[in-house]
Amino acid sequence: MNAPLTHLHKVALQSKDYKDNVNPFWCPGCGHHGVLTSLLRALSEVGVDPNYLANVSGIGCSSRLPYFVKSYKMHTLHGRAGPVATGLQLARPDLAVVVTGGDGDGFSIGGGHMPHLARKNVNVTYVLMDNHVYGLTKCQASPTSRREMKTVTTPYGGVEEPLDPVLYMLTYGASYVAQSYAANAKLTTRLIKEGMEHKGFAFINVLSHCPTFNEAEDAKHFKAASDEVAPEHDVTDLDAAMHVVNMANRAGRIPTGLLYKAERPTLDESMAALVEQVGGQRDYDLRKIIDLSRP
Amino acid sequence: MTKHDLIIRIAGEGGEGIISAGDMITQACARAGLDVYTFKTFPAEIKGGYAMYQVRASSQRLFNQGDSFDALCAFNGEAYDLNHARVKPGTVLVYDSPGDFEPDLPEGVVAYPIPMTVTAKEMKSPRAKNMVALGALSQLFAIPDAALREVIHSKFKRKGEAVVEANLTAFERGRALAAALPKTDPWTVETPAEKRDVIVLSGNHAIGLGALIAGLDFFSAYPITPATEIAQYVARHLPKRAGTLIQAEDEIASISQVVGASYAGKKAMTATSGPGLSLMGEMLGMAFMSETPCVVVDVQRGGPSTGLPTKHEQSDLFLAIHGSHGDAGRIVLAVESVHDCIGMTVRAFNLAEKYQCPVLLLSDGSLAFSTQTVPTPDPAAFELIDRKRWDGEGDYKRYALTDDGISPMADPGTHGATHIATGLEHNELGLPNYTSANHEAMQAKRFNKLKGVVADFPATEVDGDGEADLGIIAWGSTIGVVREAIARLRDQGFRVKGLYPKLLRPLPAEQFEAFGATCQRLLLPEVNFQGQLAHFVRAETRLRPESYTVCGGLPLTPDMIVTKAKEMLP
Repeated sequence: MNAPLTHLHKVALQSKDYKDNVNPFWCPGCGHHGVLTSLLRALSEVGVDPNYLANVSGIGCSSRLPYFVKSYKMHTLHGRAGPVATGLQLARPDLAVVVTGGDGDGFSIGGGHMPHLARKNVNVTYVLMDNHVYGLTKCQASPTSRREMKTVTTPYGGVEEPLDPVLYMLTYGASYVAQSYAANAKLTTRLIKEGMEHKGFAFINVLSHCPTFNEAEDAKHFKAASDEVAPEHDVTDLDAAMHVVNMANRAGRIPTGLLYKAERPTLDESMAALVEQVGGQRDYDLRKIIDLSRP
Repeated sequence: MTKHDLIIRIAGEGGEGIISAGDMITQACARAGLDVYTFKTFPAEIKGGYAMYQVRASSQRLFNQGDSFDALCAFNGEAYDLNHARVKPGTVLVYDSPGDFEPDLPEGVVAYPIPMTVTAKEMKSPRAKNMVALGALSQLFAIPDAALREVIHSKFKRKGEAVVEANLTAFERGRALAAALPKTDPWTVETPAEKRDVIVLSGNHAIGLGALIAGLDFFSAYPITPATEIAQYVARHLPKRAGTLIQAEDEIASISQVVGASYAGKKAMTATSGPGLSLMGEMLGMAFMSETPCVVVDVQRGGPSTGLPTKHEQSDLFLAIHGSHGDAGRIVLAVESVHDCIGMTVRAFNLAEKYQCPVLLLSDGSLAFSTQTVPTPDPAAFELIDRKRWDGEGDYKRYALTDDGISPMADPGTHGATHIATGLEHNELGLPNYTSANHEAMQAKRFNKLKGVVADFPATEVDGDGEADLGIIAWGSTIGVVREAIARLRDQGFRVKGLYPKLLRPLPAEQFEAFGATCQRLLLPEVNFQGQLAHFVRAETRLRPESYTVCGGLPLTPDMIVTKAKEMLP
């Protein structure tokens, strides 16, 4: 099950050791507290050295998460965590790179980057905290808001269908796709841990309740609406994964657990292979390149 | 004035081998030791359309593409019509005859009809039309023929000996056809005394080479005319240096990847044109705020909007200087020539690393594709600067307030230095802090550190001494045009001086004012509608230069500058 972790610098630390000395600014009762706890636990279980951990985020409530994790970290722009993390990971493949963010950040303003993280198999773990609403700007509809939801930009109810993050990521070619909900710490921890151990782009959608702007979908709701995938579900079968998600959507249910996992070369591995193919060396004599421009 | 140079323009339909014939003349002249400065235009579309390649060759140093051509080689009627206005007494026309047109020659124009199409057809090799033309041109204007044969050989040898022979035969046929005509014009290429140690490359490739010399680790690309060849060059060579080039999904992703890679401790860049730079504005602000070094090349093209993608313009200066929200700083440089592209790119990296901020390097459409002879650079001769890194002493503060405003960085993996890079206003540790006192202190830190840039940069070049009746300020590739214009004006007895800034932000205001104090009047020619540098100079200095702007998609010429200057000279 566990992929080799040769690229990670391992240490034995407890989850509290990964907590930075900044306290979360989230509302009391916010699902993101639970996701943070699960993430810290997963980091401890993976045993990644905080000095070799990079946590990248965009903008939004959930994108504040890096401040609370002991690591190298970047709090970037709305929607840009993905490409920033791509550059960081390619530059330093020896780091463990985790992206944390929300549904608006990942699928609205940053939606154009998602297919490319997935298809390129960028070796990062993307934990998306999906609370179906823009929180930091105080209650606007997000791309995952249910149609009837009333927000300050949809005071009479919405006019658009929501998208399903896991269905999109399966379609885009992500090599690890999983789903959980914030209150299920055990499952969330396991999926983040396995996602970090997965070689390639790992996407974990965590349904997170927003007690301030989306009271209808509280922790109990997500628990009651979720069905963990059957043990016999073949995670290597893309058709089966899409079938599970489609059937659940039709029934108004939320499929949780590991939906899909594939082994294929990561982007940094492919880049390294290319360098090897051309015999690349840091001290390659530039004069050989210059000589190619002689008349 | 003795004429040391010759300008040949080859024009015709895209796909007829115009560009490759021009390239071969360029390569042969460079081999023979001549200085070469080329100028090309081609359509924005892939197939067909008007294509033009102009070669200026000289035994002396060249700074620009020249005023117009001495000889036009027209492959068809359209090419002749489009250049008709410049076919003036003293110029030469070489044209395809019989062809699709007969020229209505002005008096004083020497014409040489060459059966290019017919000869190529006779040889059962219609694509050899350009080689027949090349042969004729070499015979008529004494373009070094031995060097041309070498160039033809090396260009086609990969396709086999038969292809080489066919092209050489067509070339010799062209020479024979021209030799049969009496030479009645005075133009020939001056043969140089000795060969020079040069390379020949375009502005785009020279920027790529400069980046490699600077120690580039990471390049994120997104295709855009006229900047794409920078990525093309880097894609080919960076893997040899164990570096990474990635093509991003858009320019927003490109600059984001660059910022991520730079935070990870690597020298990173991207290259784009105006539309891409517009998209990068927000992340450039974050690079300034988070004090992350990065280099962004903008090869300017005609705008606004999609504009004139393959045409020349110097119209992104406002965007380069100001293009980001919320009072953000940066360093802006502009290159003059292909030679300059190499050293200025190295300088851009050095400044980005030293001052931990975005550096924008402006090139333009004519330099992008212009191939020029450049003295062969010695990579070991360039000074390279790396960012200041934490020495491990005491507690690490990423944004420590220091005397010079520069705070040591720490690469991920450094023990005891975990920290956040953020676009939020932050304290010395990087943690959000929105108090008045902190924001004022941090803005002052980020701007004050840039005060060192002017002193760090070579003094702005002044062309000429003493008092002048007219001072001409130029930037980008217009500098090379002004150099020649000033030389001509001086030869005619006028008192003129030039100022050639390459650091545009922060603008070396004192150097501008010192120059202005020695000139009765100031002229600032540039290729944009609004007079962008003139505007910025008026804002940053006490000078009031008179703006001279053109925006026809073409570079200014020495002749245009001379004419304008004479209107202002006593």
